[in-house]
Amino acid sequence: MKPNNSLLNRVFHFYYDGFRNMSGWGRRVWVIILIKLFIIIVILKIFFFQDFLYKNWHNDKERSEHVLDQLTNSSDNYDR
Amino acid sequence: MIGNIDMSLVDWSRAQFALTAVYHWLFVPLTLGLSFMLAIMETIYVKTGREEWKRITRFWMTLFGINFAIGIATGIILEFEFGTNWSNYSWFVGDIFGAPLAIEGILAFFLESTFVAVMFFGWNKVNKKFHLVSTWLVAVGANLSALWILVANAWMQHPVGMIFNPDTARNEMVNFWAVLFNQVAVDKFLHTISSGFLLASMFVLGISAWYLIRKREEQMAKKSILVAGVFGLLSSLMVAYTGDESARTVSKVQPVKFASMEALYEGKNNAGLIAFGVLKDTDKKIGEKKVKEFAFKIQIPGLLSVLTGGDRDAYVPGLKDHISGNEKLGIVSTAEKMQRGKYAREILTSYIKSRLNNDSAQISAIKGVFRDNDFQNKYFRYFGYASIEKPEDVIPNVTTSFYSFHLMVVLGFLFIMIFSVALYLLFKGTISDNRWFLWIALLSIPLPYIAGELGWLLTEIGRQPWIIQDMMTVSKAVSQISTGSVITTFILFAVLFTGLLISEVSIMIKQIKTGPKH
Repeated sequence: MKPNNSLLNRVFHFYYDGFRNMSGWGRRVWVIILIKLFIIIVILKIFFFQDFLYKNWHNDKERSEHVLDQLTNSSDNYDR
Repeated sequence: MIGNIDMSLVDWSRAQFALTAVYHWLFVPLTLGLSFMLAIMETIYVKTGREEWKRITRFWMTLFGINFAIGIATGIILEFEFGTNWSNYSWFVGDIFGAPLAIEGILAFFLESTFVAVMFFGWNKVNKKFHLVSTWLVAVGANLSALWILVANAWMQHPVGMIFNPDTARNEMVNFWAVLFNQVAVDKFLHTISSGFLLASMFVLGISAWYLIRKREEQMAKKSILVAGVFGLLSSLMVAYTGDESARTVSKVQPVKFASMEALYEGKNNAGLIAFGVLKDTDKKIGEKKVKEFAFKIQIPGLLSVLTGGDRDAYVPGLKDHISGNEKLGIVSTAEKMQRGKYAREILTSYIKSRLNNDSAQISAIKGVFRDNDFQNKYFRYFGYASIEKPEDVIPNVTTSFYSFHLMVVLGFLFIMIFSVALYLLFKGTISDNRWFLWIALLSIPLPYIAGELGWLLTEIGRQPWIIQDMMTVSKAVSQISTGSVITTFILFAVLFTGLLISEVSIMIKQIKTGPKH
């Protein structure tokens, strides 16, 4: 059987070998990266950082009306 | 719709953003600078073919990799915060912020998934020149990535190249080049990347000094000091030059921030530059705001006038000029700006009412007003002043602005001295014998981090009360969310980032103690 030497295959093996032969510090930082990305993208984004305007208003027209309302209201958006 | 939200919501939202940005900035500058130092070291290796330089490059690349990996994605949180905590602001800035951030995201993705991988996995797998090109591309790409974020930040300091669309309540970009080549963006980019180069140089110098103190890896340490010394000296001179340029631009586009940086309340001719000063409270006031005075100061006579106006007799306006106005200099008083801002707000309110009433003639007439340059330049540019209660509210915290600026400048001069001494001792051949200097170099590693954070403190605190200079106050930008959730995420971030920082430092220390592979 002819070995598969396509570019895609070479790129795949480049990354595969790179990760397989990674040094100890490399493995440690990858564990940290994965934990960090899980916390940021899964926990923080889903539970704490929903887009305020997209969550509370249905379309851009309503969102812009809300922001215009905020901009033209003479008081600050909080009580001093 | 506008509820009674506790004042602490704004404070907590600000604190959370500051915490995230401060931590994020602990990781970024080392990436910016060390990537170029790796490229320089690897170039020497490829040019000379000496394996020693390959070993040196690979050692510093390990530390670069640790910092890069730990810091990656910490900036995404800032983008989350825009959408959640600062939704009015996010909407108002429209594509001005979106476009640069999207370019940054795409650049970062391609950079990180390709050339960084070649840098780390490609030794002995790709040819030397391709590997070198990849290392240079990582350096250029990382710095270009920073450019787009800084362009977005510069727009907040000096909004240009846009027009406000009253239909969508968004600013729309009309001149991309004006946004990109905004003088604040150019100054900020050059000043920021050169400060990153400086920080990385101090990092390499300090760690190399540790090896010399421990009498280990002396050849590698001295070669690294050579690169760090030259790169660091050039960078610190560039930081001084770009810092000066940046201050001149601030004096033109954010004059209140500039006067606060110098604690200059009364404008004057032949104004001196404060080299060192200690502020104290007084009973004098501007409106209801207390005025600071110098308990002690050392100043260079006339230099502030020379730097800002080109000659010793040039008048440098003080905070009082900006609050009360100065007709001779064409400075509009804050009270007048407040009137203009209120007028712009009235026009916008009329537009909203016309839309509600389906009054097409009125809608068309007001749209015409918004397209008029005179209205944009004379009135709408002061839109944010409509939310200012008292003229003195536009004065930022003078104490913080003054000390953060002056401490940063002092540190800047200290860095020039440290790199100069390092090179002098290295060429004299006595650097290993001067342990006092090696200890200074080692203990100086945190100082460029402090200087960088002070710079951002000045940039952001000095701009208060604005989130977008003259156009939107911070309090108008905040979303009506619960203070409790902001406090919760503040604590989460504090724990997450502290954990990341501890991980980074401990993995790095372990690698430094292990040293380069033989």
